[in-house]
Amino acid sequence: MTYILIFISAVFVNNIVLAQFLGICPFLGVSKKIDTALGMSGAVAFVMTIATIFTYIIQKTVLDPFQIGFLQTIVFILIIAALVQLVEIILKKISPALYQALGVFLPLITTNCTILGVAILVIQKDYNLLESVVFALSTAIGFGLALVLFAGIREQMSLVKLPKGMEGTPIALLTAGLLAMAFMGFSGIV
Amino acid sequence: MSNNSNLKVFINGLITENPTFVLLLGMCPTLGTTSSAANGMGMGLATAFVLVCSNMAISLLKNVIPDKVRIPGFIVVIATFVTVVDMLMQAYVPSLYASLGLFIPLIVVNCIVLGRAEAFAAKNNVVRSMFDGLGIGLGFTFALTLLGAVRELLGTGKVFSLSMFPESYGMLVFVLAPGAFITLGYLIALINKLRKA
Repeated sequence: MTYILIFISAVFVNNIVLAQFLGICPFLGVSKKIDTALGMSGAVAFVMTIATIFTYIIQKTVLDPFQIGFLQTIVFILIIAALVQLVEIILKKISPALYQALGVFLPLITTNCTILGVAILVIQKDYNLLESVVFALSTAIGFGLALVLFAGIREQMSLVKLPKGMEGTPIALLTAGLLAMAFMGFSGIV
Repeated sequence: MSNNSNLKVFINGLITENPTFVLLLGMCPTLGTTSSAANGMGMGLATAFVLVCSNMAISLLKNVIPDKVRIPGFIVVIATFVTVVDMLMQAYVPSLYASLGLFIPLIVVNCIVLGRAEAFAAKNNVVRSMFDGLGIGLGFTFALTLLGAVRELLGTGKVFSLSMFPESYGMLVFVLAPGAFITLGYLIALINKLRKA
C-alpha cells in the first residue's frame, strides 16, 4: 500500500515538474517534439533510478557511519556525474540501439536538477531502499508524463499564429501554467 | 583594463545579459522559490554569493585545473561553496532556509553558475570574474525579487509582507505553482516587447 501511495503522490499530486519546479530546463528545452520528449524521459528514468540506488547506498554506508553528512552535496553530484559517464560508456558497448536513442540526452542529465533533487529527497524523507527505488521510478514517470503532455500541446501550438512578443518561451510558460493548474486537480488525493 | 571596463562587465551581467529574463537560465529556482519577494531575494543572494566565490576561485585555479577534467573540477569548486552557503543559512536564517528547502543544495546544478565558470571565469582575471559574478548574481537576484513581488502582490495583496490591498482580494493561484509559470511568461513577454522598442 505504501508503495502505491508513493507512486500516486510522485506521479500526479507532487509532480516533480509541475508542482515542485525541478527539471524545468529540459521541460522547456526538449519539449518541442513528442519523440525527443520520450527519449529524454527514458534517459531520465534510467539514470534517476540507478543514481538513487547508488547515492542511497553511499549515504547509508559511508556518509552516515563516518558522520560526514555535510559532504552530501559534493559527494552526490560527483557520483551522479561519474555515473552518467559510466552509463554512457556501458550503453555504447552493450546496447548501441538504446545508446542511439538516449545518447544525446545523457550528457545533459548531469545538470538536470531532478536527479540530484530526488537523491537528496529520499534521504530527507527517510525512505528505505525499496521505497527510494519506487519513489525514483515514479518521479521519473511523472516527469515523463508532464514532458510528453507538454510536447503534445506544443506540437499543436506551433501551427497557431501568435502575437510577436508571446512567441517562444512566454507562450510555453503560459501553457505550462495551465498544465500545472490541471494537475492541481489531483491535490488532496493522497 | 580600467575601472570602466569592470563596470561594463557588471552592467552586462545585471541588464544586457540578465540570466533570467534574457538568457533564460536557472529556471528551476526562479519558479520554485518566488512565492514571496523575500524568498526570491534570499535565493537570489545565496546564488549570487556562490557565483562570486566560485568565479573568483575558478579564475585563480584556471591554470592549475587540467583542461580535460575542467568540468568536474568546476563542479567540485561550486559544490564546496554551495555547502558553505547551505551551512551558513541553516545556522543564521533557519526560517528562510526552511522555506527554500531543497533549492539551496540544488544551486550546484544551476546552469548559471557552471555557465559563468566555463564561459567567463576560465578565461578572465580575478577582478573581472568577480565583477561578472556580482553582475550576473545581482541580475538574478533582481529578477527573482521582481517575480516574487509580483506573485506576492497578486496572490496575497502584500509586498515584502507589507499590506498593499486587503488579502481577501488576492488571487491565491499566483502563490501556487501555476501562478509561477504564468507570471514569468507574462514578464518575459513584457521584457521582449520593451527590448525591441
